[in-house]
Amino acid sequence: MLRFILRRLLYLIPVVLGVSLIIFVLFNLIGGDPTAVLLGKNATARQMNDLREQLGLNKSLFAQYLDVVKSAFTFDFGRSWATKQEITYMIKQGAYPSLCLTIPAFVISTVLSMIIALVVAFYRGKGIDLFIRFVCIAGMSISALAYILGFQYFFAYQLGWFEISGFEYGFPDFVPYIALPAIIWIILSLGPDVRFFRTIILDEIYQDYVRTARAKGLSEVSILLKHVLRNAMIPVITYVVIQIPFLILGALLLENFFSIPGLGGLTLNALNSSDFPVIKAMAILSSVVYIVFSLISDILYTFADPRVKLK
Amino acid sequence: MKNNSLWKDAWGRLVQDRWALLSLIIVIAYGLVALLSATGLIASNWAQEVGASNLPPSGEHWFGTDIFGRDVLQKLIRGTQIAMSVGLAASLIAIPIGVVLGALAGYFGGWVDDLITWLYTTFSSIPNIMLLISITMILGKGIFSVYVALGATSWVTLCRLIRGEVMKHKEREYVQAAEAIGGGHLRKLFLHILPNVSHIVIINTSLQFQVAIKSEVILSYLGLGVQGEPSWGTMIDDAKLELARGVWWQLAGATLAMFFIVLAFNLLGDALRDSLDPKLKGK
Repeated sequence: MLRFILRRLLYLIPVVLGVSLIIFVLFNLIGGDPTAVLLGKNATARQMNDLREQLGLNKSLFAQYLDVVKSAFTFDFGRSWATKQEITYMIKQGAYPSLCLTIPAFVISTVLSMIIALVVAFYRGKGIDLFIRFVCIAGMSISALAYILGFQYFFAYQLGWFEISGFEYGFPDFVPYIALPAIIWIILSLGPDVRFFRTIILDEIYQDYVRTARAKGLSEVSILLKHVLRNAMIPVITYVVIQIPFLILGALLLENFFSIPGLGGLTLNALNSSDFPVIKAMAILSSVVYIVFSLISDILYTFADPRVKLK
Repeated sequence: MKNNSLWKDAWGRLVQDRWALLSLIIVIAYGLVALLSATGLIASNWAQEVGASNLPPSGEHWFGTDIFGRDVLQKLIRGTQIAMSVGLAASLIAIPIGVVLGALAGYFGGWVDDLITWLYTTFSSIPNIMLLISITMILGKGIFSVYVALGATSWVTLCRLIRGEVMKHKEREYVQAAEAIGGGHLRKLFLHILPNVSHIVIINTSLQFQVAIKSEVILSYLGLGVQGEPSWGTMIDDAKLELARGVWWQLAGATLAMFFIVLAFNLLGDALRDSLDPKLKGK
């Protein structure tokens, strides 16, 4: 086990180097020289040179690549072009509103999907199963943008049940602001989550141990809740853990529409003002968090299921 | 006993499924609309003013008119062309890369496998939306950037699936037989193994196609996609400001247009998986 964890930890290094390479190629090689954009048309050669030095662009390409790699470990991303603030500070500021929205939404949607998936699996092949499966696919086929626009217009603007946009710090002040975006997040996640959980549960339901339990005379409900659910938890846990990085990334579109000053909103603002360093920082940060959580999910998997060969 | 091929069997199962058949018809219909629009036979005058601005839907203009008095239905048709072209371009980029890399990794193993696994692990470690945003932002706004960005993100799943399937197949008897009669590596891989794993390409493409369409809508909404031409995403962006004034038809039109094609690809993907890979049926 320890050897597996160590080897898996060592494998982080080439992946982080690889991610840094992609980001370096995109932002430093293809992205080219931003000084002309930053200083405008009337910049003198001297000004441009100074700025290049300040941004570290007159270093050799390899040194620039090393800077990207370094930032993946130190999370020191320099300053934003638009706001001139430290990007690390901006990210710390944005994390709180993002997590206020994404954590409750994620917990509720996961639990709710699991319950629906259990019900659907219980009635597998019957009318309600087919109906919910169809609703899931249909729901997934509607654009996220349509949900957001429609719900915001109808529930917040027309009916006035929720705040249309904005954010306040501290519990419970933020609740009226995050309620509607959280509901939309939940609706958006239900389709794919229910489908995934249903597949996982059905994978277990046709196993031999379920037949044995049935032969012992256990009721279908207790088989489902005691035996099947416990075994299905293994893939469910890995699925849940691997989604946590996306909570940190924030809800890009939701935060934008509801003017929540989180990381998603930060990213889109940076996009609109061509603030390359912030986008670059968010790309690096989200990748590193993703890599760490996929490691955790792998390790949890081997703990939960000893049958997994520790290759 | 009738000796049907795998494909004929699969086709038979597919057309018996009413929903799958309907989905296939919808996909073909969208493809035709896109093709007619691309050749300029329909909706070539989408930019023309045809009436007053913001007319609600009527018999003459089924989806009303936009703020410049342009017919929304014609814009939807142009948007269909954009959406289908994005799905197609993303597939045309992703399939060769995914299949070749996946096949090489699965077949040769060793350092080739390590290298390719590292490559797709790296790509899949960057959250898709961040990679899409970064690529389109750096290559500059426009439909070409969207093609490249979606191609760059959608080969990964296919590569991983093909690799796993090729690994399973390479030890099978029919491959050993091919080796026994003197087939080389490339012959075994491309003539014998690949045809047996090609169903994965079809299933995956059907599912990736709708992911590409959805992504295009979001990228265009963010202003990163197609410029100066209507797309479902830019129409939804327009609707953001129009909705408060009661103009709902652009949003409804774009949402409906997207709904049917994404739904069709979703159902078709599931049906293709059931008919081409009967072992997975019902899952």
